[in-house]
Amino acid sequence: MSDSIGKVQAQKVTLEGKFELECGQSFNDIELVYETYGALNADATNAILICHALSGNHHAAGKYENEEKPGWWDSLIGPGKAVDTNKFFVVCPNNIGGCHGSLGPSSINHDTGDYYGPDFPIITVRDWVNSQAKLSDSLGIEKWHAVMGGSLGGMQALEWSYLFPKRIKKAGIIAAASKLSAQNIAFNEVARQAILNDPDFEGGRYLDKSKYPKQGLKLARMVGHITYLSEEAMRSKFGRELKKEKLNFGYDAEFEIESYLRYQGDVFSESFDANTYLLMTKILDYFDPASNFEGKLVNAFESIEAQLLVVSFSTDWRFAPERSKEIVNALIEAKKNVSYLEIDSPHGHDSFLFANEDYVKGLSAFLEN
Amino acid sequence: MNTIEVIKNWIDKESEVLDLGCGDGEILNILSKELGSTVLGVEINQDDINKCIQSGLNVIHQNIDEGLENFSDNSFDIVIMSQTIQVLKEPKKALQEVTRIGNESIVTIPNFGYWTTRINLLLSGKMPVTGTLPSSWHDTDNIHLCTIKDFENLCSECEIDVIEKCFFNKFGKESVLAKVAPNLFATTAMYKISK
Repeated sequence: MSDSIGKVQAQKVTLEGKFELECGQSFNDIELVYETYGALNADATNAILICHALSGNHHAAGKYENEEKPGWWDSLIGPGKAVDTNKFFVVCPNNIGGCHGSLGPSSINHDTGDYYGPDFPIITVRDWVNSQAKLSDSLGIEKWHAVMGGSLGGMQALEWSYLFPKRIKKAGIIAAASKLSAQNIAFNEVARQAILNDPDFEGGRYLDKSKYPKQGLKLARMVGHITYLSEEAMRSKFGRELKKEKLNFGYDAEFEIESYLRYQGDVFSESFDANTYLLMTKILDYFDPASNFEGKLVNAFESIEAQLLVVSFSTDWRFAPERSKEIVNALIEAKKNVSYLEIDSPHGHDSFLFANEDYVKGLSAFLEN
Repeated sequence: MNTIEVIKNWIDKESEVLDLGCGDGEILNILSKELGSTVLGVEINQDDINKCIQSGLNVIHQNIDEGLENFSDNSFDIVIMSQTIQVLKEPKKALQEVTRIGNESIVTIPNFGYWTTRINLLLSGKMPVTGTLPSSWHDTDNIHLCTIKDFENLCSECEIDVIEKCFFNKFGKESVLAKVAPNLFATTAMYKISK
């Protein structure tokens, strides 16, 4: 039986010591918020690290007191679910640069007493993985049973596999790519321009001036959201349905899809930080493990020891199955332990969030074999 | 000996083996456990893929008909294609691909020249439905059936060498009759080939 994990609470940890970033800058200490579900076994061999995607956070499963909405991956994490909390100890941190409690652009810089804002360094997937490794140390987890995530989360799981080959037994790389395409970067750039050109952005110092680039962030999210859905999903969910009975010959939201996107944009812009959004898109754009190996992904994968599962979804056009297969083919060429699943799902890139039966079966078989 | 035993005899210990159309991974599991083979399967059926993953096998979800370009030349010691070639759109191309990817390959085919199949067709005038070919012509996956003679002709046409061959009766065992007149008395033929 699959069930909800129930009420959950976030925890916070300060990882002390100098933390060097790929860009050359460093932090003195880093603060991370995270959640855990299930129990760590005596020899600490049942821990699974969940890495979140662009707009995600540490609240992956269960519900907070007085809140109805469960965590973003509640469909897959819980007792009897794909990531079975009866068996595994699940950890999900909010990455640095985030805006849900971990060190990020909306944190106070203790050196200056001001918000970091636009001065927050550009971090990378590698920086994230390094910070997650420090978190592992603080939790007493020497080796993860699995590290997994969807989209940008899958990129972190991939990075883990070659950066810390001895510290990870399995990697679940879901709806991801080994690098962004020109089209992917183009969408990110539109999102960034929307934020950067909002008059309330104030060069990123909006918090100091008690302003907020809500319109820019809303637009950025609307563009992003389009890329998360498949054409098919949009057609079947909204089609050309009108909110009212007839056309109004004006610019208000007339079609259901317009009103849906505006709503999604509004909700998101009220709960997310614009500087964090900018940063996240940059982290995506920069990810390219092959770039250090003359463009040869197979060489980047040389050190991998883990068993890997790569999953893609038939209607995902943001990171289409072909993109996942680039990872798979390089892993085959590098003679690594890899399995690949292409799931038939109508939900586009967002498919990784849904408990599709084949997907759930594949994931749990992989985690439990 | 049955088919699996012969396959085991034809493969060196600790070989790298690719099974195209690996099903639930039965052969690969045996090779990995008993011969210490490093194995990889390719399969299109989701349930079979999950069974492979469950048993700890590496398996790639891929449609062989859409090409095998992602596997480089001679990248495996052995490529197995067991009871699969007859369901493919382009058996000839598949055969060439199999021998390109593997140093050696093992291909198993159902023999359409088997005597009951011949009699079945001759007497009833209908496409044969038999133990090894249980579906009617319109709903069978076996769209490219051939006889032992046909297969061997294709091999020589493609300049593929037959290193070993073995023929099995309807019980999946080697038999004297199947050995003497395979195209009549073998239901299944297995070849070790290379190019």
